[in-house]
Amino acid sequence: MLKTCWNNYHAPETVEEAIALLGRYDGAARVLGGGTDLLLEIQQGHKPPVEAMVDPSRIPGLDEITAVNGHIVIGCAVTHTRIVNDRLIRRHGTCLAEGCGVIGGPQVRNVGTLAGNVAHALPAGDGTIALLALDGEVQVHDAGGNRWMPLPDTFLGPGQSAIDHHRALLTRLRFRPMGSNEGSAFFRVMRPQGVALPMISMAVRLGLDDEGRVTEPRIAVGPAGPVPHLAVAAMEKLAGCTATRASFEGATETLLDNVALRTSKYRASREYREEMLRVHLPAVMSVAAERARNVSPVEPGA
Amino acid sequence: MSTLRMTVNGRTVELEVPESRYLATVLREDLGLTGTKIGCNEAECGICTVLVDGIPVNSCIFPAFKAQDSSVETIENLSQDGALHPLQQAFLDHGAVQCGICTPGLIMTGKSLIDGKSAAGERVGETDIRAALKDTYCRCTGYASVIRAIRQAAGEDVEPYLPETRAPGRAVGRARPNPDALGKITGRARFTDDYQFPGMLHARTLRANRPHARIRSIDTKAASELPGVHVVLTAADVPGRNLHGLVTIDWPVLCGDKVRYAGDAVAIIAADSEEIAAAALDLVEVDYEDLPAVTGPIEALTDGAPILHEGRPDGNLLKHIKVNKGDIETGFEEAAVVVDRTYRTPGTEHLFLEPECAIGVPAGYDPGVHGGDTDPGAARGERALHAKTTVYVGSQIPYQDRDQVAAALGRDPEDVRIVATLMGGGFGGKEDVAGQIHVALLAEATGRPVKMLYSRQESLLFHPKRHATVIRIRTGARRDGRLTAVQATLYGDGGAYASLSEKVLTRATTHASGPYDIPHVKVDCFAAYTNNAPCGAFRGFGVSQSCFAVESNMDILAAELGMDGVELRRMNALRVGSVTCTGQEMRESAGLEECIDRVDADMRSDDFRWAWEDGRSRWAWGVAVGYKNTGLGGGAPDKATAEVEAWLDDDGEPRAEVRISSAEMGQGLPAVLSACAAEELGLPADSVNVLLGDTDYCPDGGPTTASRQTFISGNAARHAAQALLQRLRSQEGGEDRGFAGLLALARENGTSALERYEYWAPATRPLGTGGDMHFAFGFGAQAALCEVELDTGRVHVRRIVAAHDVGRAINPLTLEGQIEGGIVMCIGYALNEHYIQEQGLPWTTVMARYKMPGIAQTPEIVSHIVEHETSTGPWGAKGVGELPSIPTSAAITNAIFNATGVRVRSLPVDQDELLRAMRSGAGEVQLGWGDSTPIPSISMGEIT
Repeated sequence: MLKTCWNNYHAPETVEEAIALLGRYDGAARVLGGGTDLLLEIQQGHKPPVEAMVDPSRIPGLDEITAVNGHIVIGCAVTHTRIVNDRLIRRHGTCLAEGCGVIGGPQVRNVGTLAGNVAHALPAGDGTIALLALDGEVQVHDAGGNRWMPLPDTFLGPGQSAIDHHRALLTRLRFRPMGSNEGSAFFRVMRPQGVALPMISMAVRLGLDDEGRVTEPRIAVGPAGPVPHLAVAAMEKLAGCTATRASFEGATETLLDNVALRTSKYRASREYREEMLRVHLPAVMSVAAERARNVSPVEPGA
Repeated sequence: MSTLRMTVNGRTVELEVPESRYLATVLREDLGLTGTKIGCNEAECGICTVLVDGIPVNSCIFPAFKAQDSSVETIENLSQDGALHPLQQAFLDHGAVQCGICTPGLIMTGKSLIDGKSAAGERVGETDIRAALKDTYCRCTGYASVIRAIRQAAGEDVEPYLPETRAPGRAVGRARPNPDALGKITGRARFTDDYQFPGMLHARTLRANRPHARIRSIDTKAASELPGVHVVLTAADVPGRNLHGLVTIDWPVLCGDKVRYAGDAVAIIAADSEEIAAAALDLVEVDYEDLPAVTGPIEALTDGAPILHEGRPDGNLLKHIKVNKGDIETGFEEAAVVVDRTYRTPGTEHLFLEPECAIGVPAGYDPGVHGGDTDPGAARGERALHAKTTVYVGSQIPYQDRDQVAAALGRDPEDVRIVATLMGGGFGGKEDVAGQIHVALLAEATGRPVKMLYSRQESLLFHPKRHATVIRIRTGARRDGRLTAVQATLYGDGGAYASLSEKVLTRATTHASGPYDIPHVKVDCFAAYTNNAPCGAFRGFGVSQSCFAVESNMDILAAELGMDGVELRRMNALRVGSVTCTGQEMRESAGLEECIDRVDADMRSDDFRWAWEDGRSRWAWGVAVGYKNTGLGGGAPDKATAEVEAWLDDDGEPRAEVRISSAEMGQGLPAVLSACAAEELGLPADSVNVLLGDTDYCPDGGPTTASRQTFISGNAARHAAQALLQRLRSQEGGEDRGFAGLLALARENGTSALERYEYWAPATRPLGTGGDMHFAFGFGAQAALCEVELDTGRVHVRRIVAAHDVGRAINPLTLEGQIEGGIVMCIGYALNEHYIQEQGLPWTTVMARYKMPGIAQTPEIVSHIVEHETSTGPWGAKGVGELPSIPTSAAITNAIFNATGVRVRSLPVDQDELLRAMRSGAGEVQLGWGDSTPIPSISMGEIT
């Protein structure tokens, strides 16, 4: 039987209206993304029901993917399916198209949003891990106005976001487009049993200079701690190295030296996660480097 | 309430509904479009898929107001002006419809794929189908026919997959869609939750949610006083017998003194709405004294273990089952090689996609009182439609339901009527009583119809599972490969109540030496009560468990002997003249050798290698064989009564109806029964209707279990048709007439054209007394081609080559459906499924924690049909419902060994553990996914 998760359903037509609604409910309303996670969490008693849901998907512009002022901008109502099929994203955020492409099944991707994935703040959300590697930012509107936050600043803990979804609206996400010498890639390992969460997810963005040295690498993995993990030490280690398998393996070892992977019951052992990173992360870096060398867009999954 | 405006199936609708409503609820309840089904309410199974602005979404968890001003399309829109949509036609042609509960979801998801591709000018490939239907689940078909159907609907020229079978008769042996498929592809088919009655109440059950406790007191006052609550019932309110059970009557209808597992029912509440009933559950105060719980069969049988059922002389020992043939010590003395290993199999969940639902209607119910149309029969002074207490339910055993409902009501079985509704999958999981008794009690207590629909989560918690087992098996052979001895000891976790444990584990025991001719066999099986969920029937019925152990040992033995595993099996196969481990001589219909030959020849065509490496994967074949009894056996009376009535329709064409209370759960029984009667009557199968499972109108067909319906009910239908024909021919002047002429003559003579026949299966003997324990066995051989990823340990089944001796293929289309579905279900047993319980509380609380195989896991399936007729079966047919779901898991783990050198001894395969063993060279894996301890060591032949 389904519980009543909300009493009132609002689909405001402007951001201001949405913020006003949230204010009017004074904490008793919350923002609804696609709802594919949130509604289940409420149904299953992991989150409390609310008085009202505020669905921003009918606010003009928030369902668009655009290139604006040197950024690729994704509205909060954009679904995973849209991201996977979008030419701009496939070119400039290949790892994001790949990450969003493996979330749930088609019916979930048709409704679930990247904004919702980020808002959920799971340590291994596939879209989130990819956006973290892309150096993503998040735009938040609230009663005080709006601001852009670096993505890592939104994570407080597992399932805990710094954005108060009862009072603020995550309106947009953005990242820098790829230069002609940049590429990205995503990979995850799943098991055919139990909860459909990755055993381990990994995403890489990097550039190559004229000598084939790695520039501005970003490496994100999860689950590797309470929040999506940006592998800063490994990124520092990789920066400036020649893009070879040996460099990638070295960076991976640095990552492993600096991260506390854990065993999650019925999901993956620590050793397995280490092994998966050791085997697959250098390969993901190689694919990102290959894409950086290749000016023409590479199809996700290729 | 607010106004919801949508276009639904091309029609504009405006509804005043609460803003909290989900789209599926609006469609089903506010618009009456019950073609959209709900399987989980978790956005997990996909069967509720509808199209919103052309895009497939899970309507169960989609806020209705999110679809404001949108266009919604459901299954009801596909068939226009009586013409089927190409997808519907293709699902029909390919037999891609079994129980039908997921069919609307599969079709709608497929439609969106085809429409999208066609708009883009692209063709639909198999990869696209697998991607689009990734999370739209089906538990019956195994998806192979679904893929073929969608390819056909997308414009490809695809023939239904029909393995070669014997030349057909007029009806028998002909491929024909199950007659009820039409309703299932159009959304018109009604499952229990699709029924509404004026004045109907909704019920919920208070579950114990603790593994073992004494009940000190139950206070229902606050719950009873909640506005909208009509009645709260507890053990004290059960007027008749407060116990049920299929073999041993030990399961409380409502627990009054003690609870023994988390799913135990303590109180039931009927209210104006489900929400109110649920709210009232929270107000029932139960004072429990928790007791120590015992959660494994070995612990349950150790001294000092907490006792579940006080007063049983055997304590927690539910049954010690024994098989003895020859002299086991002599057998091992004769052996040159002995293999001794212990295996473990997991508890698993049927996950039929329709959660249990039952509706009770009180005796004398008049819908007119509640604003409905008054019962027309009753108004005319005839017997009212609901003259008796009536229960609408999709159940595998309608007559036993009737008897059990009557016993709890303290009434005569004749005072109760069970109306079998369509069943959205069963697989053995709808044999025990679920809500049947509860709704009858509530209906009689309130004088109103009462519906009890379990949520998916409640279904997971409550219903009996497949037995988890630990099986030690020692196999001995001479140097030349001849088996000399098999000794096995099994522990089965029966859970809190007996259910069918004794029968299931007897089957595990009698099949624990495999389908082989072995002079010396000794098997001991200990079935134990524990505080886990009860275990009962599940397709394979114990044999799935022992086959995994037997066939793993056979491959180890072959390797130690330096023999080819196929040759070892062929040499020892049961054949005509062999004697089984229970002392039964195979006098006919033992087609195992041919199954092995057919699979072997197919597997070894084109450049055969057992194993090879390709990139970062290793590929290998693995082989296993199996067998399964048809019918109850073991001396149990096994019979079915069918009624056949014939008449001339308005065009003067002869038509007939078979009536029998056997259950259809998607396996295709109506098609089989109509073929059996039609063949005898000389009619096309389409002229014979089948009415199943109404205890007032259909005689007893017995339980739908043990792969018995084709044989038993098929024979009953056949003999009833024969008897009818004979009687009509015996009319004066009847000798030379055709069937239509006979019916015309009967009409002139005022003679009835209805015949009833009680068919008794050949007698069988109890275990331990020798002779025929069963009247027939089906045999099968399967080869699995698996790919193991060297970097992850992930296992993929790429191809299954199968051969099954079914006696005779009555309907090749539905037969192939059983085979493909059985194989994929057993792939799930090997690779996916484990119902995990921790200290008597399920970890598997939601469907999201239980992955069954999806379409992505469907391998290429090559199927051969072997037809060694059995003289007593209808046209030689034996049962097939369970057989295909037995050898697959061992074929897969044997393939994994051939690929990696790692022997998996516990299911389901855990890639984490497998990779660790591959890397370390450990040679074997003892932990299946979800296991937290190594396989226990057990003593042979005695309680450990």
